[in-house]
Amino acid sequence: MKQSVSETPDFRKTIPIDQVGVEERVAKFNTRSIKKESKLYALKLALSMVDLTTLEGADSPGRVRQLCYKAMHPHDRIEDIPKVAAVCVYPSFVRLAKETLKGSGVNVASVATAFPSGWATMKSKIEEVRYCVEEGADEIDMVISRGEFLKGNYGYIFDEVAAVKEACGDAHLKVILETGELQTLDNVRKASDIAMYAGADFIKTSTGKISPAATQPVTLVMLEAIRDFYYKTGTRIGMKPAGGIRDAKLALRYLVMVRETLGSEWLTPDMFRFGASSLANDLLMQIVKQQTGVYQSSDYFSKD
Amino acid sequence: MLKETDIQKKNRLDFSTGWSYDPAPESRDHITIKEQYGHFINGKFTKPIEGNYFPTISPSTEEEISQIAVGSAADVDAAVKSARKAYSKTWSKMSGRDRGRYLFRIARMIQERAREFAVIESMDGGKPIRESRDVDIPLAAAHFFYYAGWADKLEYAFPGRKPKPIGVAGQIIPWNFPLLMAAWKLAPALATGNTVVLKPAETTSLTCLKLAEIIQEADLPPGVVNFVTGAGDTGAAIVNHEDIDKIAFTGSTAVGKIIQKAIAGTGKKLTLELGGKAPNIIFEDAAVDQAVEGIINGIFFNQGHVCCAGSRLFVQESIADEVRDKLIDRIATLRVGDPLDKNTDVGAINSKEQLDTINRYLEIGLNEGADIFQSSCELPEKGYWCCPTLVANVSQSHRIVQEEVFGPVLTIQTFRTPEEVLEKANNTPYGLSGGVWTDKGSKIFNMTSGIKAGVLWANTFNKFDPTSPFGGYKESGLGREGGLHGLTPYLNI
Repeated sequence: MKQSVSETPDFRKTIPIDQVGVEERVAKFNTRSIKKESKLYALKLALSMVDLTTLEGADSPGRVRQLCYKAMHPHDRIEDIPKVAAVCVYPSFVRLAKETLKGSGVNVASVATAFPSGWATMKSKIEEVRYCVEEGADEIDMVISRGEFLKGNYGYIFDEVAAVKEACGDAHLKVILETGELQTLDNVRKASDIAMYAGADFIKTSTGKISPAATQPVTLVMLEAIRDFYYKTGTRIGMKPAGGIRDAKLALRYLVMVRETLGSEWLTPDMFRFGASSLANDLLMQIVKQQTGVYQSSDYFSKD
Repeated sequence: MLKETDIQKKNRLDFSTGWSYDPAPESRDHITIKEQYGHFINGKFTKPIEGNYFPTISPSTEEEISQIAVGSAADVDAAVKSARKAYSKTWSKMSGRDRGRYLFRIARMIQERAREFAVIESMDGGKPIRESRDVDIPLAAAHFFYYAGWADKLEYAFPGRKPKPIGVAGQIIPWNFPLLMAAWKLAPALATGNTVVLKPAETTSLTCLKLAEIIQEADLPPGVVNFVTGAGDTGAAIVNHEDIDKIAFTGSTAVGKIIQKAIAGTGKKLTLELGGKAPNIIFEDAAVDQAVEGIINGIFFNQGHVCCAGSRLFVQESIADEVRDKLIDRIATLRVGDPLDKNTDVGAINSKEQLDTINRYLEIGLNEGADIFQSSCELPEKGYWCCPTLVANVSQSHRIVQEEVFGPVLTIQTFRTPEEVLEKANNTPYGLSGGVWTDKGSKIFNMTSGIKAGVLWANTFNKFDPTSPFGGYKESGLGREGGLHGLTPYLNI
């Protein structure tokens, strides 16, 4: 369901976010105690939401192949382990990943639009997106131009997202706000709104290249923006915190936030993702612990 | 009455299906509760002179936890005699530094036994363990720490004066924050050199009696603190005792008025901390999602058994529908049930009697034509429970807007201008607390100086700190507790 221009809000108006209140709410979420069956369920759910990611200058075809195999077979020693949601790579590796993952149900996501800085001409960004889609990417993770945003050029961000969305065709669009560079929660809210009204299917916190990457307060503000967008339009936008979520305990805290902010309809890999690489192994370790009662050495879990 | 799921609203969120949390009960293994408790007089647990006991029950299970002594006038007299002796022989003569050392010791011991206190508080009073663990017990310790620091600095608190203690203080506390209210009362009284006879509320005596164990272990001189348990008659015996110099009472406005009449002309000093019906005002320029959290925390904290609860919500008309819809979805996520479960947000109503009061008010509201809706929470079979409740379509003339319900019941009204909301906010016999939510600093100062209440919060609600004075205007009481102000009721300056 697309928005008509007349319903698009004036992005120069700031929706105030109270940082103290947000942090207090996050602290309350973190007191939730997740035990037994509900813990095992959540660990498996979290694993199925992982976008296994490799975004290094030193990436190689071999490394991408390994990661794809890991995505399809996270831990074959144990039954009923779900596959992860997607593998996230640079454009050059999309075709290889697509071939390796063929028929597995695991998606290929590609970063694009001059990731991670976003400093390139619109023309070359659009070309890059088209290239990724042609190569077979199911999902495009774009970055917004933070320089233009911080300048106050909100119309530019809107047009940029809308143009990329058009270039995506059937591919799903995730819009990376790089919240570590936006700095204030007011800005996070504003950038979320711009991205959603311009056509994002997902909004995503970070590239993982800037510190801080995903934080709970930032994620909560984005979840609340998604909630308001749903109240107004009836359209469900997905959420992807990325970077810095390394252990299962923290991942479960994110799921608690989703559960109590947006409800069960967002607790699926279609609506919520973790952008992470080391998280998967900690989730696996905790799943094995829940099922067998003992922790196993990290050497029992493949490091691909 | 409507359930929240009956409300017609587009684009609802689903909080009832999918992943849910398994029970996560806090262990009760580490606590000890005796089968029977006497009074705590002159440093010892003593049997009641008339020999009567009453049961204290858990409001979440209706099970009897222990037997508590009924305090007679003779018991009160024994307690006052012991307090008087301790006052004149030891406590008033002790240096402030030494008094402070005892208080620091008590504070540390409360911290050390925090888990035990939290569990007993939740069992006996029904409040969620998350609150007793994170709010009640830490704050109780903090009050002792804070006033321990003042004990040897009273001359600096009141420069140029020679502050002297008053004598024996009679203190009567309510059931909503049992240990915390005991700490609020005891810490300043002891720091300033007074001795105390304190009566906990009849439904929640246990943590006070556990505090008596700490007081014993801390080697506080016998008689400095005395606890006499019982109900209204015991309280009356304290109020009317001739050798008490000061009464400090926290409770209902009705009882506060009786006490004020009773001690008129006796020369006893008095502080009262009574009821409230606080306005919580949301402007259209507020951070709405955080304001919604503030509304929830303002009224559903401790099942709404809070004298300063934000029970009257005023929302600017332009955002009234948005806030209402958000509140409806938010109360659906509140978990009501076993107070000892670490994931419980709203626990049990403190007593059958209080549940009847709340239900009576809901009926009054219905008869007045209010739209009342509750979250569709599943309630345990046993115990006293009330689902979080929103009351809309009401005005200043409705009794449910005027009177203190003391439960998880929020009335919702709208306004258009600051003048209008100020008039409505102040149009109440109470004046204990209030809240203002706006992103605009000047509006905060403008509104908070206009609201006639003793405690005001801006962009937050129900925040407590020992350094901050607390107390009411109008029928919400007189005198202040907490902070530097909290020393004055216990001193002749």
